[in-house]
Amino acid sequence: MQVLTLSPFYHDLLDALNRGLLMSVALIVPSACGGVLIGILAGTVRAFGRPWMRSIVAAYAALFRGTPLVVQLFVLYYGLPNLGLYLSPYSAAVIGFMLCSGAYQSEYVRGALLSIKKGQYLGAQALGFSAWQTLQSIIVPQAIRRAIHGCGNEIIYLIKYSSLAYIVTCMELTGEGKTIATEYFRFTEVFAVIALYYLTLVSLAMLALKKIEKILFIPGFGRN
Amino acid sequence: MNSSEIPVLQADKVSKSFSGQRILNGVSVGLKRGEIKVLIGPSGGGKSTLLQCINCLVLPDEGSISLAGVEVDLHNKKSLYQLRQQVGMIFQDFNLFDHLNALDNITIALRKVKKISRTAAEKRARLELEQVGLGDKTDLYPAQLSGGQKQRVAIARALAMDPQVLLLDEPTSALDPELIGEVIAVIRNLAGKGMTMLMATHQISLISTLADEILFMEAGVIVERGAPSLLLVPGCGSKSAGFCDRLSELADGECKC
Ligand SMILES: Nc1ncnc2c1ncn2[C@@H]1O[C@H](COP(=O)(O)OP(=O)(O)O)[C@@H](O)[C@H]1O
Ligand SMILES: [Mg+2]
Repeated sequence: MQVLTLSPFYHDLLDALNRGLLMSVALIVPSACGGVLIGILAGTVRAFGRPWMRSIVAAYAALFRGTPLVVQLFVLYYGLPNLGLYLSPYSAAVIGFMLCSGAYQSEYVRGALLSIKKGQYLGAQALGFSAWQTLQSIIVPQAIRRAIHGCGNEIIYLIKYSSLAYIVTCMELTGEGKTIATEYFRFTEVFAVIALYYLTLVSLAMLALKKIEKILFIPGFGRN
Repeated sequence: MNSSEIPVLQADKVSKSFSGQRILNGVSVGLKRGEIKVLIGPSGGGKSTLLQCINCLVLPDEGSISLAGVEVDLHNKKSLYQLRQQVGMIFQDFNLFDHLNALDNITIALRKVKKISRTAAEKRARLELEQVGLGDKTDLYPAQLSGGQKQRVAIARALAMDPQVLLLDEPTSALDPELIGEVIAVIRNLAGKGMTMLMATHQISLISTLADEILFMEAGVIVERGAPSLLLVPGCGSKSAGFCDRLSELADGECKC
């Protein structure tokens, strides 16, 4: 027995959007994690790597920050098959998001690492810390706190640009919604509801980030 | 008292160049247990570089460093880490870890480097903070401490490692005049307890009252060395006496303003 009956339009819409939401989350979560991971690796190499490694990684970051994400997705999905490499829409989207997000994340990580003053290294070394212990106990904990705000912002961008996945036929929120909108020719309502979905996702992410920033907060840190 | 004849720390003919320029030129310093030596001389003379060469924060190009008669292998990282555990260093600008409170600035090295348990490390850290009069500041972060308090935490942090020797690089130079006294008191207290120290300082009171020997350093060479009672006699014509005269004139000048 159904207590609440929705009109067929809303029934279809919510059905599609909930399906799309699952796909969006399935895109965003691994892309955000992968992006942060790539960002940490690339950012660390850009800050401390040997010159030749630094230039390779800097070229990667410049390439992915310098070209539109849509173009990157097209190359991954429609271009790579020319080289005999076939990616599913989902894989193409996740790989594209990871690489793009990683390029931006590497900027924040690199900046955070380079902003740590020489005195912090000297203080640790003078107590007998090894290079690894210095990195682990002093540099990384400080760099995380300096990078968290920028990295969090990038994840919020990622939530929104994940909507580009539908361009390579990966049916997430925007793609599912667009199908319904075209079917019923009711664009305003559909996209208003889609906007609400994204707003909710972003708000949740912001809440989580605020929480993390609060946990990591240290009085007076980063103001010098 | 034969063992007291072996220097706790001996730097021998240490030389260092930066980009082709000789900053230290064959400098030798030895410290016996309980001895206090003070490095003075014009800025840029190489005092900081010498101190950093002694605990190998800067690797000497030539020369040797020995601890209790045993030469340190400068090409072995492990032996450098060992050396630094035994030779404490106090910097002009403190170099406290900005993300750790006063207590953890001390416990982190005890736990990570000395592998002491957290509880034992905290107990020791509290004790050291009490010794420098900061028993009630354990939970405060560097940004919440005054310069004098930061330097006292830095001293407590170095002492918690049980160093054989303490190197101090102008420990009061970055402090506001009214905060210098509290750090000087801590250093005097250490001297009273027989701590072996090599200190670069422009603080007349420390030079004249604490030094067993003054080392006057200029252009990477120790050009004058001797007891304050010999070198600081007014009008004796020594570089050290002239230098200290100029320092006290500067200090007096400041007071008149
Ligand atoms: N890492 C470095 N690279 C290049 N030059 C340096 C470096 N460290 C010190 N110097 C130079 O060595 C000289 C001595 O400096 P320093 O040891 O700091 O003297 P002091 O402590 O007596 O003022 C200065 O001319 C300084 O510019
Ligand atoms: Mg100096």
